[in-house]
Amino acid sequence: MTLLTDDQKMLQETAASFLAEEGGIAKQLRHWRDINCKDGFGHDLWKQFAELGLTGICIPESHGGLGLGATEAALVLEEIGRNLTPSPFLTTAIAGARSIEGTAHADRWFPAILSGEAVLALAVDEGPRHAPESTALEAKRQGNGFVLSGAKQFVTQGGSADMIVTAARTGGSPGERDGITLFAVPKDAAGLTTDSQALVDSSKAARLTFSNVELNADAVIGQVDGGWAPLSRALAAGSAGAAAELVGVAAGASAMTLDYLRQRKQFGKLIGEFQALQHRAAHLYSEIEIARAAAFKATRLLDAEEPQAELYVSVAKAKAAQVANLAVREGVQMHGGIGMTDEHDIGLFMKREAVLGELFGDVYYHRDRVAGLSGY
Amino acid sequence: MTGDLDTFRSDTRAWLEANCPSEMRKPIRSEADICWGGRKWTFQSDAQRQWLEVMAERGWTVPDWPKEYGGGGLSPTESRVLKDEMQRIGARPPLTSFGISMLGPALLKFGTEEQKQHYLRQIARGEIRWCQGYSEPGAGSDLAGLQTKAEDKGDHWLVNGQKVWTSYADKADWIFCLVRTSTESKQGGISFLLFDMETPGVSTRPILLISGGSPFCETFFDDVEVPKNQIVGEVNKGWDVAKYLLGHEREMIAGMGLGTGGSSVTLGPLTKPADPLLRAEIADFDVDALAFQAMSERFAAMWKAGEAHPASPSMMKYAGTELNKRRNELMMAAGGSDALEWDSDRSRRGATPRSWLRSKGNSIEGGTSEIQLNIIAKHILRLPAA
Repeated sequence: MTLLTDDQKMLQETAASFLAEEGGIAKQLRHWRDINCKDGFGHDLWKQFAELGLTGICIPESHGGLGLGATEAALVLEEIGRNLTPSPFLTTAIAGARSIEGTAHADRWFPAILSGEAVLALAVDEGPRHAPESTALEAKRQGNGFVLSGAKQFVTQGGSADMIVTAARTGGSPGERDGITLFAVPKDAAGLTTDSQALVDSSKAARLTFSNVELNADAVIGQVDGGWAPLSRALAAGSAGAAAELVGVAAGASAMTLDYLRQRKQFGKLIGEFQALQHRAAHLYSEIEIARAAAFKATRLLDAEEPQAELYVSVAKAKAAQVANLAVREGVQMHGGIGMTDEHDIGLFMKREAVLGELFGDVYYHRDRVAGLSGY
Repeated sequence: MTGDLDTFRSDTRAWLEANCPSEMRKPIRSEADICWGGRKWTFQSDAQRQWLEVMAERGWTVPDWPKEYGGGGLSPTESRVLKDEMQRIGARPPLTSFGISMLGPALLKFGTEEQKQHYLRQIARGEIRWCQGYSEPGAGSDLAGLQTKAEDKGDHWLVNGQKVWTSYADKADWIFCLVRTSTESKQGGISFLLFDMETPGVSTRPILLISGGSPFCETFFDDVEVPKNQIVGEVNKGWDVAKYLLGHEREMIAGMGLGTGGSSVTLGPLTKPADPLLRAEIADFDVDALAFQAMSERFAAMWKAGEAHPASPSMMKYAGTELNKRRNELMMAAGGSDALEWDSDRSRRGATPRSWLRSKGNSIEGGTSEIQLNIIAKHILRLPAA
C-alpha cells in the first residue's frame, strides 16, 4: 500500500493532536531546557505516551503492545519532529524494543516499556562517526559470563536509561559483522561510568566507560557472535524512524517559515511576494514531499520484510537528513535577524536537525551504504 | 459484478492471445516501433498494421471512449483490466497519438455532436495524426500572450501567424491550434481551431536542436482559410479548452517516473565510478533518484485516489526534470572523453552527449521550472501574489 489505511490515518490524527497539545515547544523542549533538567525530557509526558499505548507501538500484541509496524511508528515520529518533542520514544519504543524482540529480554523489559516506566538506550558508536561494524568494545568470556571493557559515545538517553543495549566484540576483528554480540547492560552495573552531557539541541547523550563490567551469560541478546542480526534490525528501525522524525522537523520548520513569509513586511510588501523567496520555498516544498515519500517507502518495505528495505532505509535517512538540513537553513535565513535569536523557535529546529542527522549515521554514511548495496 | 469482471478478464485474455501478433509483444526499441498512424504513416510491418486494425475494430485503441465515437465503451475498471492484460503479455500500444491523449478528451467535453462523430472516429482508427499549435515565438511561458490571428471572414476564418515547438508538425495531418479572435481580452480573446495541415498557406520547418535532429517544427500560417464549423467551443472561449487539455497533459505526467528509457534509475551500477569524489556525487544522485522514484509511486497512487493537490503535477514536473538534467551531467562526467564523441558507431552516434543536451529542454518544455515553482508558490503554498 502506497497510501495510508483508515486506521493509519486515525493514528496519525491522534498523534498529531496529542503532540501539538502536550508535546509543544514551550511546554516541553523549552521548559526542560530552561530548568536544565537531568534527563532532557519529561517523564510525565512519557507516561502519557504509555497511556495512549504508544510506548508499545512496535511491541507484539502477545506482549500487550499495539503490534504495529515501522509505518505507524513513522506517523508518530513525524509529529514528534514537527513539535520538537523531547522523549525517549525513538530509542526505547523503536530501536530498543526492536533489538530485544523475540528474546528472553523482551519478557523482562516489555512490561516496563508498556507502562512508561522504563527507558532503554542503544550503545553502538565508539568514535564521533557512526560505524557499527567497527565495534571494538571488548567482551571477554569469564566463567559463565563476560567481562566488558571499552568506551561508547553518543548514547542518547544513556543517562536516564534503565538498560543499555550494548554492542560488543566477542570474536572477529573491528570491521567485521561476525563476532559482534549484543548485551543488555543494567544502568547500575559495577564498573560502568556514565557521563551524560547536553547536546546542541538540549537532548542528553552519554559517554559510557566500561571498566571490567561483569555480566552473566543471560545478558546476551540473541546469539553470541551473532549480534549483527538484532543490531541491524534495531538500527534499520531506528534509521527509518529518524528519517520520519527528520521529515517532521523539515515540515515544522517549513510551516513556521511560510507563516513568516505571509506576515513579515519590508519595503511595504509582504516578503512572501518576492519571487526570490517564493522559488526557494517551492523548491523546499518539493524536497520535503520527496523525503516523506522515501521515508514511507522505507517503512513499508521494512514492514513487508522486503529485501530492498535495507537500501531504502539508507535512501530515506540520507534524503530526510539532507532535506531537513535545507529546511532549517532556509528557515533561519528567511527569518532574518529574528531567526538568530534564542527567543524565536526556528533556531531550535536547526539544533534538532543536527542531532537527528547524525543519529544512526549521517548523510555520508547512508550514501556510502546506498553505493555499497548497489554494488559500486 | 466481480463475476462479470472475471469473465471480462478471461475473455480479454483469450482474445489478446488470439489476436496480438507475436511481433507486437516485443519491447519497444526504437521510434519506429511506436505506431502513430495518420495519412503519412508507413507501417513498420504487417503485424503493426494488423494489430492497429483489430484493436481499432474493437474500439480498444481508445477503450474508455463511448462506442458511438469509435471507442470500446469500457468502464474505468474494465479499461484497467485490459491494460493489465496487455501488460501481462507485453503487448505494445496499438496506437499512440496526440489525438488520443490530448485532443480527444477535449472534444468529448467541448465538441459538437457532429465534431465528435467525425474527428473522434478518425482518431480511434488512427487515420488522422494531430499536432498541437500552442507556443509562439513571443508566447512561451506566457502562453496566453499568443498573437496568431484568426479573422472572421463570414463563411471562414482567415488565419495568419506562426507557431513554434509544434511536435511532429511535418508528420501530422491536422492541427489543433490556439488563435487570437479578439484583442479586447488576453485569455478571453483566444479560440480553439482545427484544420488540415494541407490547407494552402500552411508550411512547416523542422527545428535543429543543440542535440541534433528533433521532432519539433516551426509552423507558419499565411492567409489560411478555415471553415467556420472547425472551431471547438465558443468563439473567445478557447482558453477553457486549452486549460482542460493541459490538465490531461498533467495526468500523463502523473503516470510517468524518471524517464530513463528503460535503464536503471540509479547511476552507480551503470557507471561503476572509480574516482572517489565522483562516486560520492553519484551516490548523492542515486539517493535522490531512488527517493524520487518513491515519490512517483506515491504521487501516482494519490492522484488516482484523488488525494493529490491539483497543482502537484507541477512539483513532479519540476523535480523530475531537474533530476534528469543532473543525471545527464553525471553521465557526461562518468563518461569522460568517451562521452564527447558525436557521430561514431562506438558512441552509438553520440547517445550520451545528445541525451545530455536534449535533457536541458526538459525543464523548459511544458512549462519551465520557474513557472512550476510559481505555480507551487501560488496554489500550494498560498504565498501572496506580488
